[in-house]
Amino acid sequence: MLDQFDDRVDPIFAPIDPARLIAALRPLMDADGLVTKVEGMRVYETDGLAAYRGMPAVVALPRDAEQVRAVLMACADLGVAVVARGAGTGLSGGALPSPGCVLLSLSRMSRILSIDPEARTARVQPGVRNLAISDAVAQFGLFYAPDPSSQLACSIGGNVAENAGGVHCLKYGLTVHNIQKLDIVTINGEMLTLGGDALDTPGFDLTALMTGSEGLLAVVTEITVRLLPTPTHAQVILAAFADVRHAGEAVAAIIAAGIIPAGLEMMDRLALGAAEAHTHAGYPTDAAAILLCELDGADGDVGAELARVAAVCETSGATQVRLARDEDERKLFWAGRKGAFPAMGRLAPDYYCIDGTIPRRRLPDVLEAIERLSGEHGLAVANVFHAGDGNLHPLILYDANRDGEIERAEALGGAILELCVAMGGTITGEHGVGREKINQMCVQFSSAEIETFFAIKAAFDPIGLLNPGKAIPTLARCAEYGSMHVHAGKAAFAHLDRF
Amino acid sequence: MFTRERRRLLTSTASRSTDRTEALTKAVRAAAAEARPLCIVGGDTKAFHGRAAVGERLEMAGHQGVVDYEPSELVITARAGTPLLQIEALLARNTQMLAFEPPILGPTSTLGGVVASGFSGSRRPFAGAVRDSVLGVTVLNGKGEALRLGGTVFKNVAGFDGFRPMAGSLGCLGVLLEISIRVAPSPAAETSRSFELDWPRAQAMITALMRRPVPLSGAAHDGHRLHLRLSGAVGAVEAMAAEIGGEATPEGFWSDLRHRRLGPLAQPRLWRLSVPRTATLPELPGLWLRDWAGGEIWLDSEAPSERIRTIASDVGGHATLYRGARTGESVFTPLPDGLFALHRRLKTAFDPAGIFNPGRMYEGL
Repeated sequence: MLDQFDDRVDPIFAPIDPARLIAALRPLMDADGLVTKVEGMRVYETDGLAAYRGMPAVVALPRDAEQVRAVLMACADLGVAVVARGAGTGLSGGALPSPGCVLLSLSRMSRILSIDPEARTARVQPGVRNLAISDAVAQFGLFYAPDPSSQLACSIGGNVAENAGGVHCLKYGLTVHNIQKLDIVTINGEMLTLGGDALDTPGFDLTALMTGSEGLLAVVTEITVRLLPTPTHAQVILAAFADVRHAGEAVAAIIAAGIIPAGLEMMDRLALGAAEAHTHAGYPTDAAAILLCELDGADGDVGAELARVAAVCETSGATQVRLARDEDERKLFWAGRKGAFPAMGRLAPDYYCIDGTIPRRRLPDVLEAIERLSGEHGLAVANVFHAGDGNLHPLILYDANRDGEIERAEALGGAILELCVAMGGTITGEHGVGREKINQMCVQFSSAEIETFFAIKAAFDPIGLLNPGKAIPTLARCAEYGSMHVHAGKAAFAHLDRF
Repeated sequence: MFTRERRRLLTSTASRSTDRTEALTKAVRAAAAEARPLCIVGGDTKAFHGRAAVGERLEMAGHQGVVDYEPSELVITARAGTPLLQIEALLARNTQMLAFEPPILGPTSTLGGVVASGFSGSRRPFAGAVRDSVLGVTVLNGKGEALRLGGTVFKNVAGFDGFRPMAGSLGCLGVLLEISIRVAPSPAAETSRSFELDWPRAQAMITALMRRPVPLSGAAHDGHRLHLRLSGAVGAVEAMAAEIGGEATPEGFWSDLRHRRLGPLAQPRLWRLSVPRTATLPELPGLWLRDWAGGEIWLDSEAPSERIRTIASDVGGHATLYRGARTGESVFTPLPDGLFALHRRLKTAFDPAGIFNPGRMYEGL
């Protein structure tokens, strides 16, 4: 399992005497700002990828940017790795403690500092929950657009680290499109502001580079987010298909018709059956797949676009097209979708969520290939995903208590990711590489590209102490564990047409 | 059905397709070996911008052609030297467009040039900047290695987003070979209304409108009048136009603004201020033209440079001497020391010998 770091191929630092580390950090923090006992640190052992576990040397809970800076400088001085953590909801093991690290939890920096409804911005600390921002600005008729499914719990700092997406990013963009200014602290204690209050800044666009950097470059201590006016009208259409291929074709046809839905989601039979049993959303469980297509905007326009979406779905072979009767049913349709992950518990004790993205036109081929791989590995796969973005979430169903099933699930997951790359896509659309997909990075990127990533890291973090062993594999790791690089499309899946 | 359409589209541009990757790679490697500076040139329509170019010209113009375009993917991938006019014509045939509305300063203007300059038009506050549309690039680093950063899909978080800072980097990080850009459907309806309002009143009107979900795609003030462009679904555009009233905007206003021909935009010495759109700036004699809902100000003024930089920085913005810098005058607002040092380290990460457009953005970068 990848939660075991390997000092031959991972950049891991020799742990120092914990007493020495605690003595160095103690004077920098509030009286309750350090967790040093194992019982207290248990909660930080893992993030949303619960199969991976590790124990930090100590947990630091800074109250402000100055304390963040003090911890980072002390760690730089002692040569101790630092793993920053938001709410710990990430799905790729990005906040997994590496051996002997200081786990830097930003959870106490959780204040909304200011809201400017006229400029449509808010200044927030990294520990603020994603949904808390939208809740706080709703009184001004505004909302913060990126809405990962963990939005109730996940923090905005974590969203920046992962460049989080969500159901609505097809229309409203990812985190990178919805933030404009970051205050950061580097491992050497430098405090820098990236971006600004205007729409651009002189020099290189470092705000974009920081976003999605998975805690490897610097620690974010303040974020200015952009807010959008809440649409006056939203409506959702449910289209059922007797064939997954037809559903995939309908997705491409909707976009080709010039429509950008606020959300366009797909569930296959296995997923929608479980979701229906869990939520009773009224899904047609006899369908091979359903699409949920949400449109928002002005009242009359939503109606006109709904009619066009319905027509496109029917042309693509939909067996049933239903409009949510009212706001309650619209919410119910979405509740079913959002409850699809927990609903998997009905199908199997454990599931492993994959996060590749593919070009939309490849959906039908990829879904068929996943079905074939599922058969070959002897594990069922349910599909619930952001079809409009081509962002797949195959859920591999397994039982961790059965011998060898975890390993088979990991192998099947790896094969699906490699399929995504071969199809011209990517190994991760929104969950991040973290620790989980570190080996698949070797499939997507060449040695020169990986060296460039390390050079970028070194420009921010010359000693390499921030979140080591995550996101970017060493070339030694690729040589040892990485699958063959299929960048130019010459290795795996040679029988598939690709670009 | 898509495959056939795609083939047709690609064939129609094939006659103008040339891959010069090999020659460009050789040129970069030779320059790197001798630490010889290169001046990367696309369509040569923006030579006036930035600090003086030094080094041997590396011509991108021949490296052109659309590599992949499938309308239902909302992505176009083209070589950096592909003329923007050609790309826009291809997109228009499929009722699509570049959302960031780039200025095209001449028929030779290339995709790579507009990405490197980071120029975005009036849609910027509503539809995002160049960097928001870039999905991935293939770029030659200073060792002559072709790096593929990002990709062709919208949701992609594998590896650092090294491709986004390419937008607006003025060629200081590498030679863009291929660029994948997200495209947007063209709006079904578009109209423009104009109002005789001084800037403070115009600003108040923009601010009030932008608090609501309105189909605004442009808001510009020419010193006397506010022009509002509405784009989107027919019903929304018609309803909004009826609500705000006003008069028709003069023919050609938005395209003259976009392609930088309007009023002060033609002046030989011109400032560009980027400020929060809700900011209040002090009066300064000169010609003012505001785009980006007030966030981008074009200023033709003989006021001292320090004064102009100060009025921008006082409100959290910055000022660029877009054109007509005198010898020794800085073009871009200087960066704080720590940030500049980080820029230099990043430059070295991509371009260790410092051969790409040295000094074009800042001295020593």
